[in-house]
Amino acid sequence: MRLGKVIGTVVSSTKATGYESRKILVIQPVDPKGNYIGTSFFAIDAVQAGVNDLVLTIEEGNSARQIIQDAGALTVKTVIAAIVDEIST
Amino acid sequence: MKFGKIIGRVVSTQKVESFEGLKLVLVQPLNEKLEVAGDALVAVDTLQADIGQIIYYETSKEASRIIEKEMNPCDAAVMGIVDDIHLNFRP
Repeated sequence: MRLGKVIGTVVSSTKATGYESRKILVIQPVDPKGNYIGTSFFAIDAVQAGVNDLVLTIEEGNSARQIIQDAGALTVKTVIAAIVDEIST
Repeated sequence: MKFGKIIGRVVSTQKVESFEGLKLVLVQPLNEKLEVAGDALVAVDTLQADIGQIIYYETSKEASRIIEKEMNPCDAAVMGIVDDIHLNFRP
């Protein structure tokens, strides 16, 4: 799982099977202090996250299918699984 | 999912059976500022994306599931075409 910050939203009308009617957000990976690290990516939103939220993303197919509760979505891999309230170190 | 721009097509006549009838495209990965991020790769495209369009793609096993066959030699596939990205930077 990776920590990331939601930095934007994506509008997409042509999608593959499994992605229909799902919200896609742009995620920027961050370190525990909130500094941007690495390249941003897209993720399907399963927790009603919004722009500027700190979130937890999962990049694994089986977990993703369980989270979006669609066993038939075989092409889905990256999902937002949680909104992070606080990190204590 | 990573995202990138379609920068070309790959034409192949002699290919494995599973690839027959499938379009292969050259994808240049991009970052959030739509700048080049890393090396270009070849992906299976079932959505008929055009050259110049921004797309998102998935890698590994999930990519091969884009084709409804049991076994597929495919490690990247276009999952959708981006119409618009709304970015909101507030570091």
